[in-house]
Amino acid sequence: MAKFDLNDDGVVVIVGSGAGGGTLGNELAQKGIKVVILEAGARNEIQDFINNEWESFTQLAWKDMRTTSGSWQVAKDFPNLPAWIVKSVGGSTVHWAGASLRFDEHEFKIRSAYGNVPGANMLDWPITLAEMEPWYTKAESKMGVTRTNSIPGLPGNNNFKVMEAGAQKVGYKQVSTGRMAINSQPRDGRGSCQQIGFCFQGCKSGAKWSTLYTEIPKGEATGNLEVRPNSMALKIEHDASGKVTGVVYADGDGKQQRQKARIVAVAGNSIESPRLLLNSASNMYPDGLANSSGQVGRNYMRHMTGSVYAVFDKSVHMYRGTTMAGIIRDEARNDPSRGFFGGYEMETISLGVPFMAAFLKPGAWGRTFTSTMEQYPQMAGMWLIGEDLPQETNRITLDPKVKDAHGLPVASVHYDDHPNDIAMRDHAYKQGSAVYEAVGATATFPTVPYPSTHNMGTNRMSAKPRDGVVNKFGQSHDIKNLFVSDGSQFTSSAACNPTLTIVSLAIRQADHIASAMQKKEI
Amino acid sequence: MREVDRRSKHSRRTFLKGAAAAAPAAAIATSIPLGIEDAWAEGATTLAPATMKTLVKVARDIYPHDFLVDSYYITAVKPWDGKAAKDPAVKAMIEDGVKRLDQDAQDRHKLPYAQVAWESDRVTLLQGIEQTTFFKALRSDLVVSLYNQEAVWPKFGYEGSSAEHGGYIHRGFDDINWLPKA
Repeated sequence: MAKFDLNDDGVVVIVGSGAGGGTLGNELAQKGIKVVILEAGARNEIQDFINNEWESFTQLAWKDMRTTSGSWQVAKDFPNLPAWIVKSVGGSTVHWAGASLRFDEHEFKIRSAYGNVPGANMLDWPITLAEMEPWYTKAESKMGVTRTNSIPGLPGNNNFKVMEAGAQKVGYKQVSTGRMAINSQPRDGRGSCQQIGFCFQGCKSGAKWSTLYTEIPKGEATGNLEVRPNSMALKIEHDASGKVTGVVYADGDGKQQRQKARIVAVAGNSIESPRLLLNSASNMYPDGLANSSGQVGRNYMRHMTGSVYAVFDKSVHMYRGTTMAGIIRDEARNDPSRGFFGGYEMETISLGVPFMAAFLKPGAWGRTFTSTMEQYPQMAGMWLIGEDLPQETNRITLDPKVKDAHGLPVASVHYDDHPNDIAMRDHAYKQGSAVYEAVGATATFPTVPYPSTHNMGTNRMSAKPRDGVVNKFGQSHDIKNLFVSDGSQFTSSAACNPTLTIVSLAIRQADHIASAMQKKEI
Repeated sequence: MREVDRRSKHSRRTFLKGAAAAAPAAAIATSIPLGIEDAWAEGATTLAPATMKTLVKVARDIYPHDFLVDSYYITAVKPWDGKAAKDPAVKAMIEDGVKRLDQDAQDRHKLPYAQVAWESDRVTLLQGIEQTTFFKALRSDLVVSLYNQEAVWPKFGYEGSSAEHGGYIHRGFDDINWLPKA
């Protein structure tokens, strides 16, 4: 395993080891480029994962203080936990459910497809689906996505079978166990899914793709990648010419270190990435790095979400098997006749008893609540995930008062639901309930959004520097050796889980960085 | 379909034996008539036994599950005694909260909270303090300290950790048999 000197200014420093950072690190290492990944969290391996929701949360979740504001329900229910993401090597690929869907064509050009929606900061991506297709193909192969590359779909569990039967009754056609980065058969040195459940708590069999045990060890095996856990990036530094020169970080002992760099790529998820750029403000860049547009931190997207749980008169045991065991895609289309732009997916979800108690109806108590809890084994559940529109005022800022352990301002997350999000959520609640009622649900529960698992848009891509933070390769418009490599690049959120697109963009970005380095452009 | 065995793995008797062992020696030596079921509350070091017992009643009224005996609610609220021992502010919050609740109960029913007979009457009293720090702290702690007890999971038909059993691939992940044929 490589170990690079702090003064080695030839390395690419990547902040974050998740879908974006972990993938980029391995791709660059495979090309012979020296990489240091700074990961804020510890290195928890498969054997360390715990099949217990709260214990696992304590082990893996990003629990550092954050503040919230805005009309979204999360600010009321979980004011200091706006996002449920991971602080551990592998980032949120440890926690993700595995759903791996491509954007639809229109989702890369929402400004053209939906027009100028009042209140939204609409913009087309500087790339199209056609340009992304080869990279999606590479990502699907890398991740072993079912129903691509001749990989069979996963078997459906009870929770899926309930949703599937209901979907067929209401006339939905696009219902399947989905495209999942979970092995349905042994592949790439990893075994097949054992239907353990607890996908959110880290996959104990390794069947689910995570950079932790795929990209990262592969990159390390080249001798070109060093991953430094417990290393919290504090500030990106630059020279008089404006080029970035390295990253100051706090190591496991809380001591500050400075890793010099030829290139810096930020991949700390869409709350920490803009926070790092903003906290790196200097005399030359008083509004933060890469922020001449003023768009750093803005256009925060977190998907229209919600869940529908339903109770039946017979057992379901929804917690058995993969958490996201199947999907209905019929509502993912853009059909404004429904009263909103964009679309949404319905994907099965399950929570164990401890999380169900916390998330079914946050704050609720008394017999109405407990009688629902007592129906737990007869419950089925689905998660609703739809496109939310970028709004300039939905943004990550530096909290004016609250500081972290290193004395730096924490991230403050502001989010107001757009009327489009609300109309879509109402529609999705109704359709989700209809699916379950069609197969005899005796009660349905429209459940409010959980802390955000999909965080996007806060360093968005744009063709023109004035509209966004990075170009079509995730390279910042302002500083050519500064890149963004996570979901914060997203110009729109699309009606699908973001990981496959993050990985595809990272593979593509690695090619761009390698060729620019070769040409001595950076 | 494979159903979940909801019988207790830990019997109530075993629990009470443990609780009795923890009863203060002084209480036993002086032969204070201490009901074995109350012994756990006497074990509190900082909060008064009556306060602990009221907390248990409040806990059950917040999350009433008739299939759960008191021991689960006791386990859920008992850590408040330790927290009160460490932090005078917590001690004051709990004591003042219980005092107010008892006062409200006296005003309305001429009884302390725990002796108000009907759950619906006690719930009305709790609704009166719903916005207080005391209630909010108690409820938000309880939603974890009650439902995160492994011993209660089988009663809710939940099987907990599964990896060590090989997951559910051979244990009923797809055994549903009552759905209409597509």
